[in-house]
Amino acid sequence: MLSLFIILPLLSLMVINLLPKELMKKIGTLMSLILPLAQMLVVVFIFLGILDIRPGPADHFFKFNLAIDNISLVMLFSIAIVILVTLLVERHLIPDADERFNFLNLVLITFTGMNGIVLVQDLFSLYVFLEITTVATFILISFHKKRDALEGAFKYIILSALATVGILSSIALIFLISGDTSFAVVHQALQNSRHAFLIDFALAIFLGSLFIKGGLVPFHGWLADAYSSAGRAISILLAGIVTKTLGVYTLIRLVSSVFGFDTEVKGVLMFIGALSIIIGAFAALGQHDFKRLLAYSSISQVGYIILSLGCGTPLGIAAAVFHLFNHAIFKSLLFVNSAALELQTGTRHMDKMGGLAQKMPITGVTSLLASLSTAGMPPLSGFWSKLLIVMALWFSGHFAYAIIAVLASVLTLGYMLSLQNRVFFGKLRPELENVKEASFGLLFPMIILAGIIVGVGALFPFILNSLIFPIIIK
Amino acid sequence: MIVEIIILSVLMLAALWTVMTRSILRSAIGLAFVSVMLTYIMFRLSSPIAAVFELSVCTGLISVVFISTITLTFPLSKEEVLQHMKERLSRFWYLPLILILVGLAFSLAQVKLNLTLPPPEVEQDVRNVLWKLRPFDLAGQVIMLLTGVYGVLILFRQVRKK
Repeated sequence: MLSLFIILPLLSLMVINLLPKELMKKIGTLMSLILPLAQMLVVVFIFLGILDIRPGPADHFFKFNLAIDNISLVMLFSIAIVILVTLLVERHLIPDADERFNFLNLVLITFTGMNGIVLVQDLFSLYVFLEITTVATFILISFHKKRDALEGAFKYIILSALATVGILSSIALIFLISGDTSFAVVHQALQNSRHAFLIDFALAIFLGSLFIKGGLVPFHGWLADAYSSAGRAISILLAGIVTKTLGVYTLIRLVSSVFGFDTEVKGVLMFIGALSIIIGAFAALGQHDFKRLLAYSSISQVGYIILSLGCGTPLGIAAAVFHLFNHAIFKSLLFVNSAALELQTGTRHMDKMGGLAQKMPITGVTSLLASLSTAGMPPLSGFWSKLLIVMALWFSGHFAYAIIAVLASVLTLGYMLSLQNRVFFGKLRPELENVKEASFGLLFPMIILAGIIVGVGALFPFILNSLIFPIIIK
Repeated sequence: MIVEIIILSVLMLAALWTVMTRSILRSAIGLAFVSVMLTYIMFRLSSPIAAVFELSVCTGLISVVFISTITLTFPLSKEEVLQHMKERLSRFWYLPLILILVGLAFSLAQVKLNLTLPPPEVEQDVRNVLWKLRPFDLAGQVIMLLTGVYGVLILFRQVRKK
């Protein structure tokens, strides 16, 4: 049953390439929308216990070693939402039908790769799916073949290749110690092994490589260039979910289920997390390009997730997963806003904008909601996850880090309000007099995502009981 | 031991040539040569499965990606190549120096990591590993390779058309 999460996107890929291409250029995206919608439904059904997840014939045939828990469910749901939004806006952001068709193929490969990362229970299989997603991402970044996009993709390839070598070397060392690569066996072997130096060495390489994939400071060099130079639709996918799955989710999964939390691991995670929060926030303050600001904001928000994970407590892990979900939603929304603004005004330079709330009210309101949620303003979704992160830090005795997290939220509010002020408030510039609100195709996903931000905030007690407590108890 | 050192030195030189050469065709040949050297080292280290994989994937399949790229792109003019090489040398002159310094530091410090471990008990039959133990990973690697080929087609086909 679980293997369908991997097989169905692949089957769709085959179907849209086997059927007449001219027809698929027209209805391929529409057909593919069924996939993320179905995934969201299935996740909800599994979560409610309505759907059984017993192994099916495909699981037996391919010897799939897959498993699902509440963390995977949250990730599968986040992946489905961001893919859905990307497919919804694709038609409006990529005018050329051929390019759109190629983009759809790459999105489906990325979808397969990300679902695989979330479900596999084996280090080598994890590596394979990490690479599938990474290769598709290289191509996506350089998709429009513009000079800065190719430069961004090249930086990503070089750093990602380093991470790949690191991950593979680490897996080889772990295999040498444990004789197997499945999560359960490796976990047991690492607990009982006498080769402490070798384990620490393998762990250090693995963590460093995942920091590169997640774009954490000091390995963040590629991220701002890749996010800002990639095409509009691609940025949504990349910033919304791809780097979060490649680097952040993998880190959460491996540290919490395989490597375990020892003092050094916790220390490194918290230090890197705090460093990313601060440097990301200060870098965001100095930006003039809308997308670059969002890229640095992403580094800062991912820092919160890693800081929370570094607590090593169940509350810390639950808060990290919850913030990961919230971040996927509000960052996707902000990138859709950015795409709409660029499309309507022809620029991403914030100093060339101003007063656009009059002309683009829905884009303005949804962007404000996403910005406030990023800054952790109550009662929006981001407030609750940041509150849980601060609580996790405080209860685990990391008072200094808790204070850093709170103070950095003020910085976040600063750069987010500066963004709103420069783009949407103030006097409308004369050259923007003819700007119109974005088309319904872009507004619809904005409204859905803004609805989730408000809804998750309002329904937090339900989410706490049904989703976060089960993660904590497990 | 001396044989391993010679092979490793040749491998490093070939890898350097692969990265630094101005022609993508020579780069592909260099990569294939690196793979062959690596295969031989793996075989000498009693890892026949890894050796077979290295030979089949890197020397065989990756060459397909290279050939597709060569077919779909145009080479730079002589002037462009010279300019490119000059810029590259002036920008990265320090890289070989760093490599030599790191090597010297390791030799002088006489670092002994003592990482000897008994080899894990694993299946030695390639057929069993590929088709019975890890078919899932095999499928994944096929997808990865196809994605690479697809990427080459998307990125370079239109360049060729122009």
